[in-house]
Amino acid sequence: MARIVGGICTSHIPAIGAAIARGAQDDDYWRPFFKGYPPVRDWLAETKPDIAIMIYNDHGLNFFLDKLPTFAIGAAAEYQNADEGWGLPTLPPYAGDPEFSWHLIESLVNDEFDLTTCQEMLVDHAFTVPIALLWPDRSTMTAKTVPISVNTVQHPLPTPKRCYDLGVAVGRAVASHPEDLKVVVIATGGLSHQLEGKRAGFINKAFDEMCMRDLIEDPLALTRFSIHELVEHAGSQGVELIMWLAMRGALGKDVAKLHSHYHIPVSNTGAGLLLLENAA
Amino acid sequence: MTDSNNIPGTIIFDGRVAMKGYALNKMCYSFNTAENREAFLRDEDAYCKKFGLNEQQREAIRRRNVLDLIDAGGNVYYLAKFTGIFGLNVQDIGAQQTGMSIEAFKEKLKAAGD
Repeated sequence: MARIVGGICTSHIPAIGAAIARGAQDDDYWRPFFKGYPPVRDWLAETKPDIAIMIYNDHGLNFFLDKLPTFAIGAAAEYQNADEGWGLPTLPPYAGDPEFSWHLIESLVNDEFDLTTCQEMLVDHAFTVPIALLWPDRSTMTAKTVPISVNTVQHPLPTPKRCYDLGVAVGRAVASHPEDLKVVVIATGGLSHQLEGKRAGFINKAFDEMCMRDLIEDPLALTRFSIHELVEHAGSQGVELIMWLAMRGALGKDVAKLHSHYHIPVSNTGAGLLLLENAA
Repeated sequence: MTDSNNIPGTIIFDGRVAMKGYALNKMCYSFNTAENREAFLRDEDAYCKKFGLNEQQREAIRRRNVLDLIDAGGNVYYLAKFTGIFGLNVQDIGAQQTGMSIEAFKEKLKAAGD
């Protein structure tokens, strides 16, 4: 039977990818951010998950406003990134696992989560940057990926409660897969930030710290926020907390924190990192 | 629909705004590809016409002004592809929108960690 061996949440902003591309990890500005990652890399190297379910939000690469799914899931043998408007290079494709994807789809739809299914799906920085952070040497990444994209572009967005419940259903779907596979659920985005409007540059450290605590101890408290309240407390891009809630839903009721890190600022963002596993 | 005005300095990009900004955002979405970015730079007028921008959107594009672009229905994720043409990152556009120097804007972000 497949099982979830852990859950990871990490920020995903493009500036991180740019810092990696120019080898700036040890600069004074970036060191306090990147120093949070080695323990999670070590855990991945030791755990060697077979599957990484990537819960992220597309920023206008694969989806446009003409057809914008609230939840979409990939069912492809591989996933390719692409230029997002500022000349990003094309990276080697990321391996998928169509059989595992279709198992998730069957189970999720049966569980009344009617996701849009994609046999072709371009993945953007919200997928590629976390992988670059977690597996700096891609040759060591044995996990095949399943991308799940959540709409954070156009309101109404799915509620925090709905995203948590999606995660619970993902957890059930994994547990019902007959093969003995180790699955890690990786949620990307957050924490507080706002890119647009006169409130651009808004960061809320106290709220972020509360989210990182409650996500472990009392995630249902976070599901009671409305999207509008999340925008108010965490900024318009801080709503990316909903991906973290989906990850948390996929884990069990009680979790243990293996590692956490928080740093302000990376670019315009309060950057958070969590590694959780189900409590014994 | 969501009342966009009750979080100061914030516009909720909902269906109403998305309809208003559709042409502008569609043009910016096209900038995912380098050849479209080049076509825009070669003949900005023709490129904007092709996407049917209204006058407010055309003027905001002409002025490279992010607050005006948002007011014209632009979504920041698509606008980032437009500002990317000019090498502007989210800190540059943050400074522009708040009327701060880049340095002052970066300081403000750093201060949020204190």
